Amino acid sequence: MNAVNKKNVLLVVPSALIARGFESVFADLGEFRLHGVLPDLSNGAELKLKNVGADVIVVDPVVFEYASRINARAVISQYSDAAVVGLRTITMSDEAWRQFDEVVNLYDAPPVIIKKLRSAMSSRSESPKSEGEDLSAREKEILVCVAKGMLNKEIADYYNISIYTVITHRKNITRKTGIKTVAGLTVYALLNNLIDYDSIE
Amino acid sequence: MTGYSDRIDMMRQEMTITPSMKLADLIELNYKLLDVLSRLGIGLGFGERTIADACEAHNIGKSSFVLICNEYTFEGYVPSEELLMSANASDIMNYLHNSHLSYMDGEMERLRASLAVLLQPTDAGQKRVVENFFMEYRKEVKNHFDYEENVVFPYVNALMGGRRQAGYSIGQFEKNHSNIDEKLNDLKNIVMKYLPDICDPVLRNDVLYHIFCLEDDLRHHTLIEDNVLVPLVGILERERRK
Repeated sequence: MNAVNKKNVLLVVPSALIARGFESVFADLGEFRLHGVLPDLSNGAELKLKNVGADVIVVDPVVFEYASRINARAVISQYSDAAVVGLRTITMSDEAWRQFDEVVNLYDAPPVIIKKLRSAMSSRSESPKSEGEDLSAREKEILVCVAKGMLNKEIADYYNISIYTVITHRKNITRKTGIKTVAGLTVYALLNNLIDYDSIE
Repeated sequence: MTGYSDRIDMMRQEMTITPSMKLADLIELNYKLLDVLSRLGIGLGFGERTIADACEAHNIGKSSFVLICNEYTFEGYVPSEELLMSANASDIMNYLHNSHLSYMDGEMERLRASLAVLLQPTDAGQKRVVENFFMEYRKEVKNHFDYEENVVFPYVNALMGGRRQAGYSIGQFEKNHSNIDEKLNDLKNIVMKYLPDICDPVLRNDVLYHIFCLEDDLRHHTLIEDNVLVPLVGILERERRK
């Protein structure tokens, strides 16, 4: 496989040892290539995330403050549409790991790592896209849940999708309708006959 | 010949409102200042009087008046330290207080009434959900104003009287200064895009114009709080600390 077809990977990892490890796995197995390494997300890193055009971003959650690790994925998604893979260097809740398209462990064998990057990219391409300006059937379902007062976590469990996916749907709903508040979305749902008045009493 | 339109063009270019300006020219420059004048207690029928005349007659500091009008008129205006130093926090608070009254007793009531007429032909559930939404919005705005009336203004008054309340600073207000514009923006979208066709289109336009004006007005109101009141009180706090 020539370099043109190789998928670009951006690493956001502070450890030089790990970065070199990825580089050597890619060199051995092809398919992916190391496109850049950011040791942290300090000033200017956003710009790099935005402009580098990576297909996959591998992120070590330690680059985020403890409290913001749960939102790591959402932060990166502000700047890049790439698939995001978490690197399990630390202990976090299962829910925190679920925000990523895949999770790579430090002890994964090289072929497993490649397989996971591949699967991250394909799961990314299935994630909610917002085509057209009318709400999709799924967006309407999510909207009804929001209007009934369900929390993101409850909606995620109900449809068996990640919280991140729920948030993406909600962003698209707001972008399309121009309506930001839950109360406003409830009015929208009722005026469009998605719910009836009794279900919000 | 230099008529008023030339004078006003000049004001616009120089981004300055000066006390020697005639009130009529001021309104010609920005007619939205009509509301500002009412809140400052300055009625129409002012003939050829200038800003300075009106300030004297109504006991308002000239710098305070100019600051408020500038913030309302020029996008992105940030007052100079010098102008702030010569302004008076009581004038600004008095203006903000009267604005709060005019929003709650005037604007909100008028908007509620015109919404009710607009929603007349819709079915009961639709009517109720939109009206409830509006009442929630109204309550949110009231809470926002109440905090300023009950916490911020008394704090500033105490500060001006030489007493500093421990445990509070204007920085906290700035930090917690919440947005009250989201629900109004939602209401705008609902009226514009999602009300059933049975609603009268002329009334619908009236309500929309009203929402757009209110949105614009509240935005400037917030700018006066953030760009005039907050730095002004910051100066007072520094003086008290000395």
